[in-house]
Amino acid sequence: MNPGNVLWILAVNFAVLSIFAVGGANVAIPEMHRLAVEVMHWMTDRQFADTYAMAQITPGPNVIIVALIGYHVAGVLGGLVAIAAMTGPTCLLAFAVTRIWDRFKGARWRAAIQSGLVPVTLGLMAASAFVVTRAADHSLMAFAVTAATATIAYFTRINPLWAFAIAGAIGLAGFL
Amino acid sequence: MTPSETTPAHRPSLTELFSAFVGVSLSGFGGALPWARRMIVDRKGWMTPDEFNEAFSLSQFLPGPNVVNFSVVFGSRFGGAAGAFVALIGLMAPPVAIVMLLGLFYFYYGDVPAFGHALTGVAAAAVGLLVATVAKMLLPLFRSGAIVGPAVAAVAFVAIGLLQFPLPWVIAVLAPVSIAIAWVWP
Repeated sequence: MNPGNVLWILAVNFAVLSIFAVGGANVAIPEMHRLAVEVMHWMTDRQFADTYAMAQITPGPNVIIVALIGYHVAGVLGGLVAIAAMTGPTCLLAFAVTRIWDRFKGARWRAAIQSGLVPVTLGLMAASAFVVTRAADHSLMAFAVTAATATIAYFTRINPLWAFAIAGAIGLAGFL
Repeated sequence: MTPSETTPAHRPSLTELFSAFVGVSLSGFGGALPWARRMIVDRKGWMTPDEFNEAFSLSQFLPGPNVVNFSVVFGSRFGGAAGAFVALIGLMAPPVAIVMLLGLFYFYYGDVPAFGHALTGVAAAAVGLLVATVAKMLLPLFRSGAIVGPAVAAVAFVAIGLLQFPLPWVIAVLAPVSIAIAWVWP
């Protein structure tokens, strides 16, 4: 593939993906995985899990994983093209809709759209958690780290970065 | 709420908008939403809690990343197109630069066993955080006692998580059905 071709593929795929990412970037993670690992063979399962981890330890919106996938495929330009495609069209839409939406506060169709999309979004997010867990955890110990972090994050207010740091140390020691 | 009640004492300038969203972005580990709320509602008083929830719920079911949409919705409300643009760039530019530096590091050292091992650990913890977030978000759905919502969520989960159907198809079928049900039984 020539470089221009790759950028075009990145732009089209992420622009299309963004339209369907109702409920946020995490909803689109399984589709990114399908695209990058299974369809395009840009990266292995392991590399995808590493990419997810790097996006998580970077501050800012989770969607920046897209810049990292683009970077992996086609360097800095690939990263910029991918993130612009993922955020550009939907930002224009958000800009247009925010002006219209406020006028229809209390409308029945607005309420139906809102409450109809919530369970779809939640189901997709659950699928997302399932897919990235399978990509990331390849040992019983890794599953234990995931379960422990999930428990801590669910039941306590401890900053999750502590769990990340400890898990990184456990991995570094070669236990995973 | 009337506009006079909710208009903040101080409207952010474009520079303030930009630096505020840079701040949100750089402190937002594991998602920027909590930090956005802290900055806009608690610290700056640019929106009341209700206004924030409304603006965020709009951002949430528009397609695309929530917090990114939110920066556009918020920025446009206070500064029109220019406001939306500076808020968006403030939110996105720092993490995109940081993540690509990490990617560069990975390119050179990804094969070094120690780095790979540490990242395996962080990845396991990172998905744990996602599992916990999803669990928290699912709670109200099941608490409500309704059957339709959890059923729709379960279908979406099976279609994407287990059967690995393409996302556009799943949404194209499931979203209209779910909205229609919500229309008939509000």
